[in-house]
Amino acid sequence: MPENLKIDFAHNQSAHCENGVVSNLMKHNGFNISEPMVFGIGSGLLFSYLPFLKVNYAPVFTYRSMPGLIFKKFAKRTGIKMKREKFKNPKLARQRLDQNLERNNPVGLQVGVYNLIYFPDEYRFHFNAHNMVVYGREGDRYLISDPVMEEVTSLTEKELEKVRFAKGAFAPKGHMYYPISFPDELELKSAIVKGIKQTARDMTAPVPIVGVKAMRWVAKNIRKWPKKLGPKKANHYLGQIVRMQEEIGTGGGGFRYIYAAFLQEASAILDNPKLMELSKDMTSIGDAWRDFAVDASRIYKNRNAASSGYDEVALQLEALAHREEQFFKSLKKAV
Amino acid sequence: MYFKLLDSRSIIMKKEEVPQDESNLASANFREMVYAVDDDGKYTTSLSTGWDPKKIALDNAIKEIEERIANAKTRVLNNETSPIEYYMEVHKMDLPVLASYVGMWQWRVKRHFKPSIFKRLNQKTLKKYADVFDISVEQLKNIDAGES
Repeated sequence: MPENLKIDFAHNQSAHCENGVVSNLMKHNGFNISEPMVFGIGSGLLFSYLPFLKVNYAPVFTYRSMPGLIFKKFAKRTGIKMKREKFKNPKLARQRLDQNLERNNPVGLQVGVYNLIYFPDEYRFHFNAHNMVVYGREGDRYLISDPVMEEVTSLTEKELEKVRFAKGAFAPKGHMYYPISFPDELELKSAIVKGIKQTARDMTAPVPIVGVKAMRWVAKNIRKWPKKLGPKKANHYLGQIVRMQEEIGTGGGGFRYIYAAFLQEASAILDNPKLMELSKDMTSIGDAWRDFAVDASRIYKNRNAASSGYDEVALQLEALAHREEQFFKSLKKAV
Repeated sequence: MYFKLLDSRSIIMKKEEVPQDESNLASANFREMVYAVDDDGKYTTSLSTGWDPKKIALDNAIKEIEERIANAKTRVLNNETSPIEYYMEVHKMDLPVLASYVGMWQWRVKRHFKPSIFKRLNQKTLKKYADVFDISVEQLKNIDAGES
């Protein structure tokens, strides 16, 4: 391939990497789709608690659906066809990437964060579901549009191979993806309704590990942690909740603000004023999540906190579960 | 009801109230995007340098890792574990992640934590670990050799 190759690709920063890559690839192909739209149509919002699965020596709490699912659902619901490839052989993975760049086709890549050298050190954990777009090559450096970064960046061939073939949970295996065909017009309206319906259903599902039931389960466990685990581990677990809620990519308040932005946009597209009202409710719920984070961080700031603090945040979480339950019941009726 | 009480002190996340607290991000010249509403109640995006509750959570997590590293180091020097466990901690890994990187079963990696077993490891296996940790076999065998 030629030494230098730069596809005309507009980099827009986003809060979350997966939405951001999809939104940027869509814009590149002439469809003006915002990040919240991708997130909402792809049913990205969730709450889930997996106490039996440990990451960084703490249970898994998540405020979003599984990596990759947002994209998959968004494509299916809007009628877009995607091409996805995974590789065993790094050399083949690179060749296929080069071929796409030569065809003037920017591609999305799934990568691991630990070896992403342009990230601040403190943020480099073994998390393998990050997403970026490669849009060209200059010498031995690949041109990267990482949606959580303000500006574009680049990685050497070796650096890119390392992150594409990171190991551990959700190992990317060189995963590369891009849209290959679009409908004449995106089926936005029906896609929005489908996205909302699924989120409302999942959040109120009668399953202990997802939605408001999972929030209540976490609250119940938080009360037990100080006695059962000791203050150190209890604080670590509580810190993990706050990190998952507010970490880069959530847009603040565990994705609740992004979802509120989606409802606002959806209200205009569907000409449904009720969604505008619900957007305001969701913003207020997001604020309550922020309050929860503030109070939780007060506990683990002083390491030998009294267990009354834990009871208080557990109460807050239960209040949130109650509000979200009411919210998603009304949302289901609104579309 | 109690949740009504808790609600009352909430303030809506407004664009001009997006926190700009000092954080680990600021030092790396890194600002992240967050969603907030403007004066007309319309959603917009804004850049944030950080937020205290989040910084505290991250600082705690990092402190925790540092403690794990220091603890592993002491145990290596006391001949209670092998340098593999120490380097695993340095690289923020846990057993499943390390096993996946070296392409071995977890029980086998765990066995290599035993100093007596580690001493008998052949060059090829040692090299595998050293490559994953991006160090020489010499540094792998002697944890102080790497700190120049």
